[in-house]
Amino acid sequence: MNGREMGKARRRSEDARLVTGKTQWTDNVQLPGLCHVVFLRSPHAHARITQVNVEAAKGRPGVVGVFSGRDFADEQGSLPCAWPVAEDILIPDHPPMAVSEVRYVGEPVACVVARDLYTAVDALEDIDVDYQPLPAVTDMERALRQSTDLVHGDFGTNQSYRLVVESGDVDAAFRDAPVTIQRRYVQQRLIPTAMEPRAVVCRPVGEEFTMWSATQVPHILRLMLASVTGIGEHRLRVIAPDVGGGFGSKLQVYGEEVLLLLLARRLGRPVKWTESRSEGNLTVHHGRDQIQRLTLAAEADGRIRGFKVDVLADMGAYLMLLTPGVPTLGAPMFNGIYKMDAYSFTCTGVFTTKMPTDAYRGAGRPEATFGIERMMDELAAELRLDPLEVRRRNWIRHEEFPFTTITGLTYDSGNYEAATDKALALFEYDKLRAEQADRRERRDTVQLGIGVSTYTEMCGLAPSRALAQVRSAAGGWEHATVRVLGTGKVEVVTGTSPHGQGHATAWAQITADALGVPFDDVKVLHGDTLVAPRGWDTYGSRSVTIGGVAIHNACQKVVDKARRIAAHLLEAAETDLEYAGGSFSVKGMGGEGASMTLAEVAEATLSAHDFPEGVEPSLDSDATFDPENFSFPHGTHLCAAEVDTETGFVRIRSYVAVDDVGSVVNPLIVDGQVHGGLAQGIAQALYEEAVYDADGNLTTTTMADYLVPSAADLPTFVTDRTETPATSNPLGVKGVGEAGTIASTPAVVNAIVDALRHHGVRDVPMPCTPERVWRALRAAFLEEPEEPGGARPGAAGGLGPVRGGRE
Amino acid sequence: MPRIRVEVDGVTYEDDVEPRLLLVHYLRDRLGKVGTPIGCDTTNCGACTVLLDGTSVKSCSVLAVQADGRGITTVEGLGIDGTLHPMQRAFHEEHALQCGFCTPGMIMASIDLLRENADPSEGEIREGLEGNLCRCTGYQNIVRAVRRAADEMREPARQRPEVAP
Repeated sequence: MNGREMGKARRRSEDARLVTGKTQWTDNVQLPGLCHVVFLRSPHAHARITQVNVEAAKGRPGVVGVFSGRDFADEQGSLPCAWPVAEDILIPDHPPMAVSEVRYVGEPVACVVARDLYTAVDALEDIDVDYQPLPAVTDMERALRQSTDLVHGDFGTNQSYRLVVESGDVDAAFRDAPVTIQRRYVQQRLIPTAMEPRAVVCRPVGEEFTMWSATQVPHILRLMLASVTGIGEHRLRVIAPDVGGGFGSKLQVYGEEVLLLLLARRLGRPVKWTESRSEGNLTVHHGRDQIQRLTLAAEADGRIRGFKVDVLADMGAYLMLLTPGVPTLGAPMFNGIYKMDAYSFTCTGVFTTKMPTDAYRGAGRPEATFGIERMMDELAAELRLDPLEVRRRNWIRHEEFPFTTITGLTYDSGNYEAATDKALALFEYDKLRAEQADRRERRDTVQLGIGVSTYTEMCGLAPSRALAQVRSAAGGWEHATVRVLGTGKVEVVTGTSPHGQGHATAWAQITADALGVPFDDVKVLHGDTLVAPRGWDTYGSRSVTIGGVAIHNACQKVVDKARRIAAHLLEAAETDLEYAGGSFSVKGMGGEGASMTLAEVAEATLSAHDFPEGVEPSLDSDATFDPENFSFPHGTHLCAAEVDTETGFVRIRSYVAVDDVGSVVNPLIVDGQVHGGLAQGIAQALYEEAVYDADGNLTTTTMADYLVPSAADLPTFVTDRTETPATSNPLGVKGVGEAGTIASTPAVVNAIVDALRHHGVRDVPMPCTPERVWRALRAAFLEEPEEPGGARPGAAGGLGPVRGGRE
Repeated sequence: MPRIRVEVDGVTYEDDVEPRLLLVHYLRDRLGKVGTPIGCDTTNCGACTVLLDGTSVKSCSVLAVQADGRGITTVEGLGIDGTLHPMQRAFHEEHALQCGFCTPGMIMASIDLLRENADPSEGEIREGLEGNLCRCTGYQNIVRAVRRAADEMREPARQRPEVAP
């Protein structure tokens, strides 16, 4: 590798079509005879379906078909859960369209297929459904305490599973500990909100089907469609065309995808469904939603003795693809970057009558990082230490890597000191601390707080055998094929499935370096199971560390094959050839006939007229890469927040993120990933919350209620990097997609609490809206503890970004 | 059904439309102008922003009949002869897009922003784009791109093809 492309801030080749509107979103697909599908959804959180009458709707002009769950009961199967985390986990049947009972608002009950969207929507009005309401189950703690109001009556409990992981002597660690801190934190429910709503098109061709879906996981979707419906996998082709963001929400096998396949089969016509945003807020899987009870034991000098984590995780009504597994990703992560003697993690999965939860950017790791990073600040406050000092006394020092943590993971590399030093310098930490002291002294109505988050995370979700250990059904490898065409141009086929990450650019950079060919000579193919038949797709910050490395390895094989052919043609020994800059040359020889380019080898391979004995005339090479370890990006994030003590309004004054994602393929793309990650993490801290009322109605169904921040709600970020290469792959790369989201939420909340701690505030529940900040302050002034959860969530998710607060 | 006559990206169309037909559905489903996407149903996200007689509107909150007799520019109508509009170029250069779904609306809103204020500050850009949501970029590079386009578009000396609007 000669490093011409690695590290270069290449402008993306994807952009040309995206900035001109020449895109291929699933909703853009038009086919002759295409029918539109709309779903009638449950208005009840929990009810028995006693009757569905579709006759009147069927009679409308332009309506092709109207179906209820009963019409598909024999063929729709049950949506898959691929991560049964415990032997005795309870997994309910999950019909794509409800047949006899609905268990969350928005669950599909019937559907209309019509010649156009407007006709289909009109016909929904004519469907009559009789419901017999059952009790809504909306509160996890109450759901576990009683056994009468059950989400799934057959189970006799609302508990899906309980997982316990323990390491070290926990009792000894807590016995006579000089310092013990206990806290309860709530990870509110979030809605991932990719900008592109879900859309599915399915075309039948004889007994075979092509599906376009706005999915992150065309390969997983194909596999699961086959297993749910019984249609042979080889008769299914899944295409993920341009996909407008996912953040985990399109890492799913949705009921609508199964039903579109079944509708296409039944009607023999192509069908399309595109959700509205309001429909999506109800029925795209949600994220987070945990109650954490945390207990930390420490020495008087701040050294951690033990950490006990007890998590209640809201599953929602059903277990979807990774629902039970997501919170358990916290098990090896709640210890963060710190050394400790003992650790325990208990996770209880709880059924409620809400939309199921599943992966959302970070998936289990933001929750864990929030827990430990908030606790480190609490420990610092308890001991009257600087929050960075208490971290320094506990973190793994750079000379200690590779380091096996209390949870059994081996962190391969890192340098927490270097990242922190860089962040401190950029942030002007001491200056801000001085200003903070001054504002306190002056009793300024606007107080300044500084929040710290020194995070790490595990990403890649591989090796495969590690997934087996935690009972995930998925494999962790990734596949690549590199084809050298007769003209020397290169096609790279990847099993990753980008939806904004810029793989077409970054993978071409990796290829260009590995083969020594120009960037523009490389074309990356992906996202269509006919074109890229093998892969595990894109999620969990896995693409570059696994998929990118697979490409690199396949390129090495191409060079090895080409070397034999070049040696034959140059009449030299293979060992006498060196390969550089896309050309083989005979060592120590110059001039005509002493070298040939890869393109010339490719041309000779195409004709195969003059070829070495026993060598296949092909340079094309496959590689499947299954890494030996996760990758562990880390970093130090510092947030300065101004908090108006009269209005509760929070303004982020400055935000510094120094991340270590190992070697960088494209710094432009890496910075972009960090920016977007920060925005989503900050949004959890300040703005976003999916709110269900006591009857199980989602009250944040629109973007007016669920507050995705705008440009005006976010600061300018200062980002920088340290580069400690990963040792678990030949490129030294680590994942970057989720780091910003994982790190930033606790940094912001720590800053808010830091601003108010001298007033007696120890916590502000998320999202830290003006109302909640104001209530936390008032409760501290009155010395009256707020109810758990603080202010009741409002219908508008708390009106976070309203300037100046509400009171 | 009412008949409307509109000019979209330089082409004139005459069509009978239902009075309730949204402009964005007219553009996408009747004219095949699928470069303008739909991101929400409550006019919050701005993905469907187009220029109506040069002023930005969210085409999901305009009825097709309201566009009768008027001119519409979508992202597909920017630039001339394969040359990108300075705003499109700036979005590319500054990496102001990732998934690209908000990008058509973001570009159209940004063009309108500069029409009203040719030299906006960072704060003015952030406030001016408040009606357009992006989930990928954290807006940082979008703000940079609009600044870059503003600088380029104000520069009088260079010879450039005139571009809409």
